[in-house]
Amino acid sequence: MDFLPTLWFVAIAALWIGYLLLEGFDLGVGMLLLTSTRDEKQRRLMLNTIGPVWDGNEVWLITAGAATFAAFPLWYASLFSTLYLPLTLTLLALIFRAVAIEYRGKGRSERWRSFWTAALGIGSFIAAFGVGAMLGLTTTGLPIDANGDRVGGPFAWLTPYAVLGGLAVVGFCLVHASAFLGLKTLGAVRERAARFLVRWAPIALLPLVGWVLVIQFRSGTAVTWALVALAVVALAAAWLSARAGREGRAFLGLAVFLVLGASSIFAAVFPVVLPSTLDPAFDLTVENASSGDYTLGVMTVVAGIGLPLVLLYQGWTYWVFRRRLGVQHLPEAHAVEPAVLK
Amino acid sequence: MDPLEIARWQFGITTVYHFVMVPLTLGLGPLVAIMQTMWVRTGQERYLRMTKFWGKLYLINFIVGVATGLVQEFQFGMAWSEYARFVGDVFGAPLAMEGLLAFFFESTFLGLWIFGWSRLPKKLHLAVLWVAVAGSVVSAFFIIVANSWMQHPVGVELVDGRPVLTDIWAVLTNNTALTAYSHTLMGALAVGAAFLVGISWYQLWQRRRDGIDTTDATGRVVVGSRPSIPGRDAVDHSVWIRSLRIGAVVAVLAFGGVAITGDAQAKLMFEQQPLKMAAAEGACHDGTSFSVLSIGNLGSQNCDDVVGVIEIPGILSFLAHGDFTTEIKGVNTLIPEYQAEYGTNLPDNPLYGDRAGQPINYLPIMEVTYWGFRLMIGFGILAAGVAVLALWLTRKGTVPRSKPLMWAAVASILAPFAANIAGWVFTEMGRQPFVVAPNPTPGGVDGVFMFTAAAVSPAVTGEEIIFSLAAFALVYGAILVVELRLLVRYVRGGAASAMPELGHPDEPDQKPDDVLAFAY
Ligand code: HDD
Ligand code: HEM
Ligand code: HEM
Repeated sequence: MDFLPTLWFVAIAALWIGYLLLEGFDLGVGMLLLTSTRDEKQRRLMLNTIGPVWDGNEVWLITAGAATFAAFPLWYASLFSTLYLPLTLTLLALIFRAVAIEYRGKGRSERWRSFWTAALGIGSFIAAFGVGAMLGLTTTGLPIDANGDRVGGPFAWLTPYAVLGGLAVVGFCLVHASAFLGLKTLGAVRERAARFLVRWAPIALLPLVGWVLVIQFRSGTAVTWALVALAVVALAAAWLSARAGREGRAFLGLAVFLVLGASSIFAAVFPVVLPSTLDPAFDLTVENASSGDYTLGVMTVVAGIGLPLVLLYQGWTYWVFRRRLGVQHLPEAHAVEPAVLK
Repeated sequence: MDPLEIARWQFGITTVYHFVMVPLTLGLGPLVAIMQTMWVRTGQERYLRMTKFWGKLYLINFIVGVATGLVQEFQFGMAWSEYARFVGDVFGAPLAMEGLLAFFFESTFLGLWIFGWSRLPKKLHLAVLWVAVAGSVVSAFFIIVANSWMQHPVGVELVDGRPVLTDIWAVLTNNTALTAYSHTLMGALAVGAAFLVGISWYQLWQRRRDGIDTTDATGRVVVGSRPSIPGRDAVDHSVWIRSLRIGAVVAVLAFGGVAITGDAQAKLMFEQQPLKMAAAEGACHDGTSFSVLSIGNLGSQNCDDVVGVIEIPGILSFLAHGDFTTEIKGVNTLIPEYQAEYGTNLPDNPLYGDRAGQPINYLPIMEVTYWGFRLMIGFGILAAGVAVLALWLTRKGTVPRSKPLMWAAVASILAPFAANIAGWVFTEMGRQPFVVAPNPTPGGVDGVFMFTAAAVSPAVTGEEIIFSLAAFALVYGAILVVELRLLVRYVRGGAASAMPELGHPDEPDQKPDDVLAFAY
């Protein structure tokens, strides 16, 4: 097994897991904003828990995409072109979401706010679903030919696995977001999040568990099954902590569950990065899809410097904004009036 | 439907749109950081207001840059998979570096800046902004490196028909990249500067119209105040006159910058993509003169139809070589050279689909290259002229009361945007029919080039791309309208729109406690 391509497979898995771990809860907060309350102050409170960090979290997605391009160009090309339509929708959703977060508070009218609330909620849902479907499919397979191109029409990718992956990520986002809100807020929002977590976690996480098991039954090894077992322990611990009102532990337990569960998936599919459902000979693998060793070496140096720094300063950001927020902390929204005599 | 043509339209539209937000982010960012630095150093209220006001507009624009940048990152794989496969070994690396070494800094630290006003010590809060701005500037570098490799591929060798990276340093120090980067940064500064001038002009004009500021017999400003309008006190005047004069000076310097770097770029391009430059001249025959205006039918793509009306002898040679006598090759000389070097017909390769075997047209669309080049320079000169005029007209401390003049100043914000767009369209469309242009200079590796016709994703259908193109165009159009409306609303609100406490002098701090000074 070649060392550098393997290392980069691990790095890209880590970037995707990092993305799910961080943006997971802010996508979830976006969805919950739409469904969990009608109270404007509470909505603003929820939005402000992710305000300082969401854009930094989203860069994990950009970097995961770009790093895939750099390290496994054939994987990048085949996966993204095959999923042309769902990725288009995902991008549109991410556009709406980003703009909604920034612009929602800048208008005063009811219509303005409810439009952007919807854009934020629906955008978060579609983005989570789209990313989940993509990851689900890259681990279960797509109909690609020897050149890596899609066989079949624009919807050839649409399989139950796409739905499973999509639901898995949506479910995780919702659960992790309620753990996050429980940890970051005061008052009604906190209480509702805690209740949601205890009641819905077992159901919302089923698709993720299902996805993990599908992969394990197809290509699991002793090691990956061990990861699954540990993930289950983490999940149980998270749920019990949530019930006991230990918010910090619940959040952490879910995070550990995600890391272990997703690792078990990536470890089980290795060394295949994108299976072909037509012929295993067309599978894209760590060896046949990767860039040359020189490029990977350069990237290793860059990531070796860049990633630790990212972890350091993103960690610091969370530290700076560690205080719990309550509606009483929100400054009044102010109207922007023309600076002329009325 | 032909996926190639639609994909090209889509790439052009989404990228040009992205590049409307980008130069404002790149140009305004450092200016805001300088304002905040002045505030931290002098403690003067006017610099705080400048920081808050321009910072607000910066953020309103920034987010659209982020949202549209995402599309850019994924597009190469979605619509241009053959391109991604061909160049992946080289081209992905700068994109990944941009993510790891720039975007992470930019977005994380900007989040800290926005929400950090009351959470971070003053100096740390300033440092955080500088880091975010540096992130933008570095991100521009990496993306230009990627683009410049398409203009002038270096640092690779050909293995099994694909370029394989052998020297990252050569890619990062590509002479094309260094000149294009400095040129683009200067162009972006011109945008940020014109933005300051136009909007400050409007504010000063309003103060005059509302009778707050008047002029004495010699025309010098007499600054007044109007407590009944939020923010319209005496400090307010110095906010705008300062901003205007900073903007005008930066605009003039930036124009000097684009001229110097653009000249360097032109010299490289005459060497690296001679046909692009010949097409920009509409020149059939070898010669030395630069055409200021040509008549005839550029659209016929037949350069014999084009006649120069105003030509300055020697300037073309000067642009290309720094002297006035060296003959520059015209289109008629260059096309046979290209044909001999890169073939007369597209290869018989399944990648080219129906186009395999067709003759290659090496001449970029002359209307685009000719006018792209001149509009870029023309709008740049216009922007610089406005800046000089603004400095002159405001020498006595405020703007004239003329309303048309005010509108002209506001409208001239668009000039550097237009110059930027024209520049990119010229660069990118002048590179056709190549997506990766061959490198003809000594040291260039034979065979490292790619025709655009081979770059598009083979299995993606025209309908899919039509759908995405329509969706992006609609959404982008709607978002542009929203962005403009928000910008206008905040501009009309003046400094108080970004500092609500200015409207409520009695309750300077309406915050319940210090947890959040800013909230969505
Ligand atoms: C000269 C500068 C320049 C150029 C040519 C481009 N960009 Fe850009 N881009 C920036 C300069 C920039 C920026 C100034 O750094 C932005 C604008 C707003 C922002 O957030 O950063 C940005 C944002 C931005 C983002 C969002 C980053 C975030 O979330 O913080 C992505 C993914 C890209 N860009 C990717 C691209 C790609 C793939 C391009 C090539 C086709 C491209 N950009 C052209
Ligand atoms: C932000 C500034 C940029 C603008 C405004 C811009 C503009 C354009 C335009 C107008 C086209 C269409 C040309 C045509 O099809 O005839 C194009 C094509 C293209 N550009 Fe750029 N470009 C920019 C930056 C970049 C960068 C930084 C890259 C690479 C990293 C890039 C890569 C491409 C590619 C792959 C195509 C598609 C192939 C083609 O049709 O030429 N562009 N661009
Ligand atoms: C004195 C006048 C100028 C000269 C001689 C000049 C020269 C050039 C040349 C030769 C190119 C093409 C480079 C290529 O094909 O790769 C270019 C591109 C470009 N120009 Fe200019 N330019 C001038 C003024 C301006 C101004 C005023 C702006 C904007 C405010 C501007 C913005 C751009 C941009 C954004 C590009 C495309 C990106 C790039 O390749 O750098 N230019 N310029």
